[in-house]
Amino acid sequence: MLKWYIPLGIFLILAIFLGIGLTKDPREIPTPFIGKPAPTFKLSQLDDFQKTFSPEDMKGKVWMLNVWASWCVACRAEHPLLLEMARRGDLNIYGLNYKDQPTDAKNWLAQQGGNPYGLIVVDFDGRVGIDYGVYGVPETFVIDKQGTIRHKVIGPITREELTTKLLPLIKQLEQQG
Amino acid sequence: MRRVAGLIFCLLLPMASLAKEAQFMALDPELEERANALSSELRCLVCQNQTIADSNAPLAKDLKQQVREQLKAGRTNDEIVDYMVQRYGDFVLYRPPVKATTILLWTGPALLLLGGGILLFVSMRSRIARSNATSELSVEDISRAERLLQSEQEGKA
Repeated sequence: MLKWYIPLGIFLILAIFLGIGLTKDPREIPTPFIGKPAPTFKLSQLDDFQKTFSPEDMKGKVWMLNVWASWCVACRAEHPLLLEMARRGDLNIYGLNYKDQPTDAKNWLAQQGGNPYGLIVVDFDGRVGIDYGVYGVPETFVIDKQGTIRHKVIGPITREELTTKLLPLIKQLEQQG
Repeated sequence: MRRVAGLIFCLLLPMASLAKEAQFMALDPELEERANALSSELRCLVCQNQTIADSNAPLAKDLKQQVREQLKAGRTNDEIVDYMVQRYGDFVLYRPPVKATTILLWTGPALLLLGGGILLFVSMRSRIARSNATSELSVEDISRAERLLQSEQEGKA
């Protein structure tokens, strides 16, 4: 009797582990940034290279840093959602234009129906991207009033993610001192 | 002659793609060797089962450039690995550290081997016990068998 139960048991255990494995996305790498201060940088703005921007400028505000590029196909998918958030005034959305040509970036925004960003900084050589552990554009960081990263979205933001996770989190962070 | 030269040119064309790597090699072969060795320990984030040294993904090239620059700046291997882990987590390491979350990963193969060994031992022992049990006859059985054999011989005679 035992002879038949042992292989069956091993099979079931394997099946359970493999089943759990199927529900996970191997592209989603656990990020070490949650709860850590947002890495600092000082980058030129897309509209005016003379002007710079640093994350410190946003102390006391809840904001979102969205990493995007004109060559990034998935960015098109999330752009309408970003526009919607900007129109509704959910929070300050700032853009990090990652390894892109400034003219391409501007043209792309015009093509995609507008600019949802309060401000866009240019990460021409991708160095700030590396500091933020970016490996697949688009990526989005939610940063609280103290300048701590509270959430990271890898890949395009979906409506489900927005309504179930991002908006409640933003609301909660806004209420905190 | 010109045709041969053209052919040679075409054959050499793929080398052009290696030129940039070779350029670094020529500048400082020792540094490039160290950068290569270290990059082989780091996993490419985009093409997950390649090392940064092997991958041609733009991010892998950027990260390899980081390794080069930091080595040139005199940083140690450990410092550079820390730099990568801070940004990309343990995932970037091909040899994950022993931690509470990775203990199963490290001990798993040994546990499986041990489990298999125990299973094998138990089943072998029960098999041996079973074959012994069938060959062991009680004293009565033996004397009965002897009697039967004897009576058969007497019958023949």
